[in-house]
Amino acid sequence: MSVPAVEIDHIEKRFRRYKQKPTTLKARMTRRGIEAEEFLALSDVSYKILPGSTLGLIGPNGSGKTTLLKIIAGILRPSEGSVVTRGRIAALLELGAGFHQELTGRENVYLNASILGLSKKNTDAVFDDIVAFAELEDFIDTQVKFYSSGMFVRLGFAVAVHVDPEILLIDEVLAVGDVGFQQKCLERINSFKDEGRTIILVTHVVDQVRQICTEAMMLTKGVVHASGSADDVVREYRRLLLQKDVSYAMQQETKAVEVTSVQLLTTDGSAAKEIRPGEGLKIMVDVEAHANVADPVVSLALHDQHNVYMYGWSTADSGVDLGSVSGKRRLLFELGALPYTSGKYWLTVAVTSEDHSVVYDLQEQRYTFDVPAQSDNPPVAYIPTTVTVEAL
Amino acid sequence: MPASVDNATVRTSESPRLRPLARIRDIWSFREILVNLIRKELKVKYTKSVLGAAWSMLNPLFYLAVFSFVMKVLGRGIPDFPVYLLSGVIAWNFFSGSLTLATRSIIDNTSLVKKVYFPKEILPLAAVGTSLVDFLLQYGVLVLYMIVTGYHFLGWNTLLFVPATVALMVVTVAISLWVAAVNVTYRDVQHLLNLLLLAWFWLTPIVYPGAMLQTYLSAHEGMGIKLFYLYFLNPMGGIVIGFQRALYAVVAPLDATGTPVPVLPDLSLSTLWMILGLVVLFGLVLLFFCWRVFFNRSGDFAEEL
Repeated sequence: MSVPAVEIDHIEKRFRRYKQKPTTLKARMTRRGIEAEEFLALSDVSYKILPGSTLGLIGPNGSGKTTLLKIIAGILRPSEGSVVTRGRIAALLELGAGFHQELTGRENVYLNASILGLSKKNTDAVFDDIVAFAELEDFIDTQVKFYSSGMFVRLGFAVAVHVDPEILLIDEVLAVGDVGFQQKCLERINSFKDEGRTIILVTHVVDQVRQICTEAMMLTKGVVHASGSADDVVREYRRLLLQKDVSYAMQQETKAVEVTSVQLLTTDGSAAKEIRPGEGLKIMVDVEAHANVADPVVSLALHDQHNVYMYGWSTADSGVDLGSVSGKRRLLFELGALPYTSGKYWLTVAVTSEDHSVVYDLQEQRYTFDVPAQSDNPPVAYIPTTVTVEAL
Repeated sequence: MPASVDNATVRTSESPRLRPLARIRDIWSFREILVNLIRKELKVKYTKSVLGAAWSMLNPLFYLAVFSFVMKVLGRGIPDFPVYLLSGVIAWNFFSGSLTLATRSIIDNTSLVKKVYFPKEILPLAAVGTSLVDFLLQYGVLVLYMIVTGYHFLGWNTLLFVPATVALMVVTVAISLWVAAVNVTYRDVQHLLNLLLLAWFWLTPIVYPGAMLQTYLSAHEGMGIKLFYLYFLNPMGGIVIGFQRALYAVVAPLDATGTPVPVLPDLSLSTLWMILGLVVLFGLVLLFFCWRVFFNRSGDFAEEL
């Protein structure tokens, strides 16, 4: 076991909250009687991040994930506990941090690099790379106040990624900038990951977490709600969101009928972890009714790694009527040739009433399988194709 | 694989409570940022002006022109008035300049404070450092002027420059930390400071002779002590008088007619050393408390801005 790159040890963060911040003495005096309330932004957060892993921080708004990132970055000081980081940190909290309008691009690069912890000698060595990456050769000796916002952002990003950080902290920056820039960001993050650097990512886009991250932590109201493999945590996050979103169902997860086991099998009956394009897939679902339930419907849904809904089927679609169910049933869904190529897929299993007004049980994207890439440039779909040749 | 963990920089988050020695080590390891910030401040200060760094010299000369005129009108002749005024006013300008810059140092660097880690003390220290450059330049030019004009000042008294500078630094850094921190929450500080500095300037014998102050205050007593000694509760009083004694040198120079004019307070060198020693001690205690206020508030600067 190697030494963690980031060791978060029982972090607690309290803020003073005023209903309206008193920014003058007068305001302070006149609200003398009103005590500021203490607000607990983070409570007892502990985690160890090993070098080379990629951690996604997710959670609803106000859950404390950005506060945690800022504490790791050292921008905020924890009220209790400590964070130990091993390696140079670059935080992509806002691009162009610390750029000074009156200084030229060149002077700002040196100032910014020194703030991010790079010595002058090291900055000299990467200076040309930074300028080339930002595509600012002609403007580097111009005051940055004459830069366009695009130039500003490019220069900030170029400096941040050239300080050679061992730990990269990213807060929602993937959400800013144009598409081309986002792509550049993502490529850079992926290459950082391949180089074995540690990345901590705060994002609202949970699919990004599943794509990029090896592990994830979910915070709610400053407490660690779940942590572990990215898939598990994202699923838990979806479940929590869904509890709010699926309010159209009058009754949810009554567990009158429960899914007791789901097995993914290949056509020869062995457990399916990987399915090659064109292969079939058997899905065996065991359910158990705890009471007598009339006409339940068992449905499946497949999502890809971008959370695009790929396929769905249910017992009702096949015209299978389960009738009045009590006790255990085993259902077998046999999917023919799978037309998908390369990627990770998630399976959702649900048991509902016939009119979908009651959700008995829902297992949101709990099962997964991979379809391996067959070529460097995998297509979206696989179509069984035969080619014949005849002499004319 | 980037640099292995063994030789990587290991950093522990700031402890919730101030530990001065560990904190000084932290600040020292970020000295390059401090130097860069001072360089930036100086550049920004002079980059858009035609005369550039010459302003650093013109500023005290302007003071000199104005107060020479005032003294002429009042009919109070101080022999070698330029040397007298400049030996005190340069120290004062360092003090007031540092405080003015430091007050806004945190809020003017919001983007840094909110986005990157460094010990926040660096910001007010950079404000003090920027003024220090002017301070050294101006005293350098003054001494040069005195040598060229053949002004005799070298002697044991010149050594007072050292304790006076130490006292000035300690007191300035202490108050700079305090105003910088408190101004983040209460923007009144920056307005209040200007008024306070104006009053403080005239309470300190910079333009008028310290000897007048001594004569006036020695006639009165407070709590059984001569008011003149209580006057040194104003740390800038002792500091400025120290600088004046070091450079202006003569306590009662002769005027054109050959009669001695009392200008500097009549204090022995050892008394001045003692006063400055006490100011340093007082400054260190003040520094500790101001620093603690700064440190406790600095953990949340990023949220308050």
